[in-house]
Amino acid sequence: MSNILWIQGGRVIDPANNRDSVSDVFAIDGKLVGSLNEAQKAEATQVDASGLVVAPGLVDIHVHFRYPGQTHKEDISSGTKAAAAGGFTSVVCMPNTSPVCDNAGTIQRIMDEVRRKAVIKVYPTGCLTLGMQGEHLAPTGQLKNAGVVAMTDDGQCVQNNEIMRRAVEYAKMFDLIIMDHCQDASLTKGAVMNEGEWSLRLGLRGWPKAAEDIIVARNVILAEITGAHIHMQHVSSSASVDILRRAKERGVPVSGEASPHHIEFTDAKLADYDTGFKMNPPLRTDADREALIQGLCDGTLDCIATDHAPHTPTEKDCEFDYAPFGIIGLENSLASNLGTLYHSKRLSLNEVIALMTHKGAELCKLDAGTLSDGAPADICLFDPDESWTVDADKFFSKSRNCPWHGQTLKGKVKATFVNGKQIFDGQSITA
Amino acid sequence: MSQSLSWNRKDLIDVEPLSREEIETIFTAATAFKKAMEADDKKQPYLNGRTVVNLFLEPSTRTRLAFEVAASRLSADTITVTGDVSSLTKGETLRDTAQNMAALKADMIIMRHSASGAPNYLSKVVDIPVINAGDGSHAHPTQALLDAFTLLEKFGTLDGKHVTILGDILFSRVARSNIICLQKLGAKVTIAGPSTLVPKEFEAMGATVCHDLKKALKDADAVMLLRIQHERQASTHFPSLGEYTSMFGLNMKRAAWLKPDAIIMHPGPINRGVEIDSELADSNRSVILQQVTNGIVVRMAILHLCHCHHRSIPIELPT
Repeated sequence: MSNILWIQGGRVIDPANNRDSVSDVFAIDGKLVGSLNEAQKAEATQVDASGLVVAPGLVDIHVHFRYPGQTHKEDISSGTKAAAAGGFTSVVCMPNTSPVCDNAGTIQRIMDEVRRKAVIKVYPTGCLTLGMQGEHLAPTGQLKNAGVVAMTDDGQCVQNNEIMRRAVEYAKMFDLIIMDHCQDASLTKGAVMNEGEWSLRLGLRGWPKAAEDIIVARNVILAEITGAHIHMQHVSSSASVDILRRAKERGVPVSGEASPHHIEFTDAKLADYDTGFKMNPPLRTDADREALIQGLCDGTLDCIATDHAPHTPTEKDCEFDYAPFGIIGLENSLASNLGTLYHSKRLSLNEVIALMTHKGAELCKLDAGTLSDGAPADICLFDPDESWTVDADKFFSKSRNCPWHGQTLKGKVKATFVNGKQIFDGQSITA
Repeated sequence: MSQSLSWNRKDLIDVEPLSREEIETIFTAATAFKKAMEADDKKQPYLNGRTVVNLFLEPSTRTRLAFEVAASRLSADTITVTGDVSSLTKGETLRDTAQNMAALKADMIIMRHSASGAPNYLSKVVDIPVINAGDGSHAHPTQALLDAFTLLEKFGTLDGKHVTILGDILFSRVARSNIICLQKLGAKVTIAGPSTLVPKEFEAMGATVCHDLKKALKDADAVMLLRIQHERQASTHFPSLGEYTSMFGLNMKRAAWLKPDAIIMHPGPINRGVEIDSELADSNRSVILQQVTNGIVVRMAILHLCHCHHRSIPIELPT
């Protein structure tokens, strides 16, 4: 007896295969197939998708699920449920856990927990350097064998250029992408927000864009001399987009991601010292926001990733200087991005879906992000026009640090499937 | 006079939201308190039975004393809590500290804090009035108001007057609040000092940025000096105090570039021989000690107005 899924009558958008038509999607035993015979149809679980978009399950290559060590903020169960509710079926977790992911044992531990608790697919990353200290290379080969899909010291950008050069050179041997959180620490001591008019007005320590631009430029140079692929995480600065654009024109193996908050908000949001808008890198200016959108439009930036970074309400309930950096976005990312890019008529629906599915999956070589025959039946059904109001108190995430809280957005996830099995029905986790 | 005064704020966090009328209301009250003080009628009854907490989480002498004097001259009971003895050093949050004070039936919290925006946060945590006694590099509204009050005593009006603020502007809450307050009252503000401490982005706040001291001084009706705050600066913002003094310190020679009747102000504490020559600080151009005295009456006015609004009682003033 096979497990057969038949999603009927939706607008199927599969950017990787240039597919956009009102049609049906079929899966047998968790894999997508081109058609079903009559006997299979009779046996299939039928899902009416009329009026909805049927897209590949969304992919986010930058999340923090806090396991192990910080599970008061998030854990594999709550994080993957939040992802499922946001239409995501594959996510890549950052290694700044406690302990950090600089050894195969920690990766093994995460994979075990994922097998027990996850409702979607979770891919770990390994640290570039031991303890994320930026001094000694982490055992990249062993980490790869344990299952990591990328190497990164996310949050602790490697400052030493020699270490970074060797780290990327070494990782290239294993065909692993390096993801870098681009931040020159010497320029950001004590900084808590973008340096500019607002930081001056608010008297908060400014974080110059140059801190990102310098490292993006460094990484372009290192990618060029080593041939290793370096991916720039959560690009926030217009100059960084420009550096990447020119590097790509020369064929340098670099890529970049944008985060939903950086393409929607600016540093003016900090006017009342709301720690809900404190993140790293910080919200920038309108010109940067526009440059990021332009970068997504012309392909300079390859994908959108949330940098879902849970912190508890208590941790965020304090003086702005003392609050941790980071916000969560998995449960509203699709709607936010549709608002910023699609409803605003900057990109087509297909293009937005591409940025949230196969583009990121390809960077990390995940078996995800398409509706190709034989691919895993990871599917997201959503209504691009349905309005809803973000209520962080109803999130599946353990944390509430969502800057969209209270905002009305357009675009609602109605169902999520992983390996042909429905795990979210628009209201509840059904896994 | 008391009938004509109106005030609709329980907190004073920043000068920014105040209208010119509100600022003038504060000055009307301050003038009444000053007259009474000069008539040796120092103690006023308006906060009798009220408890005012001075929550000073960052070192301060002058501002703390001025608030303590202001509150006690309004007959309040005052409690001063400093950072080193508060439970915050034991890991208590500001929310818990403040809520405990409210539970102890404090009637008002005056806070000095090293983190910008802390009083904005505090005012959302407690229902009682919150007065900002300086937060990080953000705001020091009572200092700016007492400075403007002092200038008005001298000049009668600030419309069209030129005020130059000289020194560490970047890290200065006094400078920020003065840039805003002085312009609200019609003055033109120039900020001067080394380029690393006086970034051009301040022009967005309406100030003129100038790194040429002679130019910055020649049209000024008042020059306001700021202390070079060593403790806030990494060693990166200027080479040395000696270099600062040689380029931007105000001495007798440079003071001659000022108009003859221009006055010299300083919020204190002054570093003699660094940003200002000793001789100049003690000269008859200097209004530094008048600023201190005015600091009491302006703060009395603010405590009184916020208290009256919070308690919904009519504003009375000494006659």
